[in-house]
Amino acid sequence: MRIGVITFPGSLDDIDAVRAVRLAGGEPVTLWHADRDLHRVDAVVVPGGFSYGDYLRAGAIAARAPIMDEVVTAAGRGLPVLGICNGFQILCEAGLLPGALTRNVGLHFICRDLRLRVESTATAWTGGFTPDQEITVPLKSGEGRYVADDTTLARLEAEGRVVFRYVGRAPNGAMGGIAGIASENGRVVGLMPHPEHAVDPLTGPSADGLGLFTSLLTAAATR
Amino acid sequence: MTSAAPHAARDQGALDPVDSTPAVDTVGPVGSVDSVDRAAATPGHPQPYRELGLKDDEYARIREILGRRPTDAELAMYSVMWSEHCSYKSSKVHLRYFGETTTAAMRTRMLAGIGENAGVVEIGDGWAVTFKIESHNHPSFVEPYQGAATGVGGIVRDIMAMGARPIAVADPLRFGPADAPDTARVLPGVVAGIGGYGNCLGLPNIGGELVFDPSYIGNPLVNALCVGAMRVEDLHLAFASGTGNKIILFGARTGLDGIGGVSVLASDTFSDDELGTGRKKLPSVQVGDPFTEKVLIECCLELFAADLVVGIQDLGGAGLSCATSELASAGDGGMRVELDAVPLRAAGMTPAEILSSESQERMCAVVRPEHVDAFLAVCRRWDVLATVIGEVTDGDRLTVTWHGETVVDVPPRTVAHDGPVYRRPVARSESQDALVADDPERLPRPAAPSELRAEILRMAASPNLCSRAWVTDQYDRYVRGNTAGAQPADAGVVRVDESTGRGIAVATDCNARFVALDPYAGTQLALGEAYRNVATSGAVPQAVTNCLNFGSPEDPHVMWQFAEAVRGLADGCAALGIPVTGGNVSFYNQTGATAILPTPVVGVLGVLDDVTRRVPSGFARDGDAVLLLGTTRDELGGSEWAHVAHAHLGGRPPAVDLAAEQRLARLLAEAAGERLLTGVHDLSDGGLAQALVEACLVGGRGAAVTLPPLLDPFVALFSESAGRVLVTVDPADADAVDARAQQAGVPVERLGTTGGPALDIATVGVLDLDELRAAWESTLPTLFDGIPSLRDRAGEADP
Repeated sequence: MRIGVITFPGSLDDIDAVRAVRLAGGEPVTLWHADRDLHRVDAVVVPGGFSYGDYLRAGAIAARAPIMDEVVTAAGRGLPVLGICNGFQILCEAGLLPGALTRNVGLHFICRDLRLRVESTATAWTGGFTPDQEITVPLKSGEGRYVADDTTLARLEAEGRVVFRYVGRAPNGAMGGIAGIASENGRVVGLMPHPEHAVDPLTGPSADGLGLFTSLLTAAATR
Repeated sequence: MTSAAPHAARDQGALDPVDSTPAVDTVGPVGSVDSVDRAAATPGHPQPYRELGLKDDEYARIREILGRRPTDAELAMYSVMWSEHCSYKSSKVHLRYFGETTTAAMRTRMLAGIGENAGVVEIGDGWAVTFKIESHNHPSFVEPYQGAATGVGGIVRDIMAMGARPIAVADPLRFGPADAPDTARVLPGVVAGIGGYGNCLGLPNIGGELVFDPSYIGNPLVNALCVGAMRVEDLHLAFASGTGNKIILFGARTGLDGIGGVSVLASDTFSDDELGTGRKKLPSVQVGDPFTEKVLIECCLELFAADLVVGIQDLGGAGLSCATSELASAGDGGMRVELDAVPLRAAGMTPAEILSSESQERMCAVVRPEHVDAFLAVCRRWDVLATVIGEVTDGDRLTVTWHGETVVDVPPRTVAHDGPVYRRPVARSESQDALVADDPERLPRPAAPSELRAEILRMAASPNLCSRAWVTDQYDRYVRGNTAGAQPADAGVVRVDESTGRGIAVATDCNARFVALDPYAGTQLALGEAYRNVATSGAVPQAVTNCLNFGSPEDPHVMWQFAEAVRGLADGCAALGIPVTGGNVSFYNQTGATAILPTPVVGVLGVLDDVTRRVPSGFARDGDAVLLLGTTRDELGGSEWAHVAHAHLGGRPPAVDLAAEQRLARLLAEAAGERLLTGVHDLSDGGLAQALVEACLVGGRGAAVTLPPLLDPFVALFSESAGRVLVTVDPADADAVDARAQQAGVPVERLGTTGGPALDIATVGVLDLDELRAAWESTLPTLFDGIPSLRDRAGEADP
């Protein structure tokens, strides 16, 4: 399975995402922000970092990059897309996911290993987890506080589209303790914490994050 | 985004003076330029050389070199390149000792040393690493966020200039008292600046230091370390050779930021800066743009990979003055630079200002003519502005032209290397005798178990010993996915080669109180601690760098401290058999008339053949045996206990025994290589008590221990004798490790066993982990957020 990882100017965790895809058994394909070609990939990861320096608003400029036109179109046809941290911000800015990510309460950048609860296994990226499974992955962001209007929040909860929730109080003040959400069809998932940094206990707090990538690959293999 | 393409195309043409088109409209009538011809014709023209920091004899020397008065642009170049910061004029005579004490055996792995942008050592499997620490103390005091941010940016470019990919950063920081109002102004800004810049660059921050002491109140120390990795064959050195090769300036535009003292020259030329030319006076602290630097890193690495670069130099202190004169004097020819081609971001800049600007995120490369198009194409792909600004010539002069007139015509070596050398008076002050005589013996010590228990808690909560998480949680330690150890570990560990697991460990240390008591021994203690911290990770120490932060070199006592520190470090490195590969000197660190504590920060880099063998620094498993390695003596001079309990500084620092450090390090590396160690933690500030507290809290489990029977419990807990570590081993391996330590000549004491919800110290008391954690973790959040903690441990991963 070919999984694309986009590099924007200022992307930082693209190499980590490529490694995670590889360790999960997928074939990573690097995608360039200025291209209009997804190179026949079967899924796309929009990685973390500070695309375009996060100037204007986090993710705002990247959401308008040529490659994102292709991602939005392909997502409309059901292409699985995973946005991590800055990638989540980009997906929100691109309109693929509702809500927005704002400055953390406390105003500090937060880099910390956190426990997350998998609230939905009905997405392209979480099918391999068990419901309510707790996983440990790092959070590292300055603008990770998920916000949305009451109607959107109620809808996300009602439709089971909250995919990851912080265990205990959300350190960034995210509404509803939301760490990650999915699109209506469950194909597009965005989360603030970094599963690609939790693929090997040598370099991360656990290997729990690999589950997102293996979920996708397993589903594809059994389909 | 700025598009590089149109500029690149046009600026290439700018080499031809006829077609030259300035990037920004320049103001000032023709003839207002202080050209070489004009300088020759107006020998009596008064020049503000004293305002630029030059002494009378230095100015006379410049006139002698040139055979005329310097132009404004030349004066700007000489004044900044002959400054203490760039020329090391007060320290040079002492720093030579590093070279004199480095033997051929110590040089075997060294590919580049002192004098290059950063030292380079070979680490095996065809890999080389480069590392360096630099100070950004004064800018960080003036403007904490930008001062600290650009400190990170500058050291990262130094590493890039060696041809390496930067792989990690770390920041030794020192501030005034933790509860001082000015610390509340400076510290949060410095931490946010380091995080804001480093996180956006995508470099893991793997360690550093945080120290509070009253001597830093008016002069915090913000030191920045960067490590880079490269294939041995990719080493790039800064030199300009090959007549006809092009000089390409790439990265950000050049502006008025960071011009500092040179602005006095502008007032000679412009009667009314603010109104007449649309120029604004900008702060002397530079402003950083980490996004530009991140793109510059990727762009540089692509240029190196395509072999499009002959020589490269970063633009840091002294900007283009430094880059052009250093490139030219390291090469075999001359250099011609056309300043009109330099892309500017301010109108009406003078040649002197363009040459002196310290605008960030700029690099200068020497490129073969046939590679220029390919070079510019790579820059375009990354949207990096790149401009040909000159070429290597067959002469031996550095010439700079502006509007068709020559404004600089100098022998480049006289700017870059032949600066003044001072032999400053060196004298040990008599006050040193009183300091050493003030023995901590006289200080009342806690003795009853309840007093000792309370002291452990008080120490754990004290600003220099408490959890650094408030700071380090603001830094990304995960990015690039190669971090195998970071704060609160004793050393940062980074994997360099994913296929072989080869990696490096790095630590920086300095107990400046020890250095104040005995600069020679104190600096060796700093070296010993950094060396030991690297060894705790299982790595073999290989190389040393330093950042020597001292007071005014015009104070003979400060120069005595400096000379002793250099001698101590060099002799110490010779004893350990590892070379000093580079360093940085920062003088004039004073609060008012009072010098800071002498603070020679020592960085040690070690190598792990396989990072999966790295050893964690906390109690990682239940039921392991806890062993104390090394000798404990009654040594409390300069200790954290004397500082916290009595605000006392006096006596002698702990004894130095580098042979013992070496034996200990070898033992640790061997045992780690055989996977015999489940945890190692260094004993330093706060002694055994603090090491036990940290090992428990970092590992998330308690321990039951008995203090060494032959020692007074207070001494056992709080002495800061050097050369000691705590190790944990599987109980089945305890005898083997014990025997091996005895064989290696390392004293061993079995203290107890890990596990349980508390640190239980026999005859002293039981310290519940929750109580310890509350004490250890709430200090910095309370000081700098005004509340004990925003953290909710329910959601946090078990350590």
